[in-house]
Amino acid sequence: MSLEAGYCPPAASGGSPTLNEMSEHIVQPRIYVVIFLALMLGTALTVTAAFFDFPGPLNAVVALTIAVVKATLVVLFFMHVRYGGKLIVLVIASALLWLAIMFAITFSDYWTRTWQPPF
Amino acid sequence: MAEGLATTHEHGAHPALQHHFENMEQQREAGTLGMWVFLVTEIMFFGGMFLAYTLYRYEYPAAFVSASNHLDIKLGAFNTAVLIVSSFTMAMAVYSTQIGRQRATIICLILTMILGATFLGVKAVEYYDKYEDHLIPGRLIPGRQFDPVIAKPGDNDPHKLHLIEGATKENVQLFYWIYFAMTGMHALHMVIGLGIMTVILIMAWRGKFSPEYHAPVEISGLYWHFVDIVWIFLFPLLYLLGRHLEGHGG
Repeated sequence: MSLEAGYCPPAASGGSPTLNEMSEHIVQPRIYVVIFLALMLGTALTVTAAFFDFPGPLNAVVALTIAVVKATLVVLFFMHVRYGGKLIVLVIASALLWLAIMFAITFSDYWTRTWQPPF
Repeated sequence: MAEGLATTHEHGAHPALQHHFENMEQQREAGTLGMWVFLVTEIMFFGGMFLAYTLYRYEYPAAFVSASNHLDIKLGAFNTAVLIVSSFTMAMAVYSTQIGRQRATIICLILTMILGATFLGVKAVEYYDKYEDHLIPGRLIPGRQFDPVIAKPGDNDPHKLHLIEGATKENVQLFYWIYFAMTGMHALHMVIGLGIMTVILIMAWRGKFSPEYHAPVEISGLYWHFVDIVWIFLFPLLYLLGRHLEGHGG
């Protein structure tokens, strides 16, 4: 990612702009079409699966798994994260980490509220 | 050393290049990173509401199933498809700019906006249905407080609320608070997205974009796709979970 390269003093990189001006990756339309079809398929799948009576909490697991896969496809391809720098991956990962912390700490309270002391 | 910092670019630099960037590529990447940081704050913002949803679904599963099953799954699925198509046309708008096709960019942007408006139109129809069935929570609508008609067993009237065992009207209202908060915030983001697209469309129309300078299209696209992702989670959580229990004890 050339963002880091840009922090060099101008004298070091100014002379040869081609060094920094790496051409970005242009995603081809056929990839967009494939992702689009996968997303439509995922939508059809999740609607169909919702009417099946899976055991236990599996209905929620199936619905959320499909949603996560769809969201990942959008992020990686439509939002170009697969072709971008690691810095953006780090930013997204940090968001997911804080989201997980928020859920985990809140649920550690609600989940255990009705627990009886063991003695 | 102020003079030294205020470097002007040499001849031939793109007019859209700001003085604090080395070149167009660096400027584009910095913009993209900035947009992602903003989207992280959006993830945390919506995350709070998703947390509230998860918490109350965990506490009152029966009421959430009853309320969820009252939503129109056809309209919800249709809107999901509409947003996915709009994300596709948005991606194509970015591609068209990257290869320098102004006409295609404009067409893709207009299609994206039409689809976004379609989504909001369908959402308005759904909101009106909820109004008709007295499902707007609390006293948000003056003189028309939350007061759905509860269906008796065997009554299949879709305008009445079908409570499954263990569900109460009060907890169904809780679902509708969350439903309107989440879909309302999402719809607001769609409206803002349409505003952004209007600006981008005008810029494209005036020929501001080129393969060298297409960052505004790309960054607006990131926002548009993000709003799509929020809906990708909202649709199954609000409309689908509990569908397999439809008719149980109805």
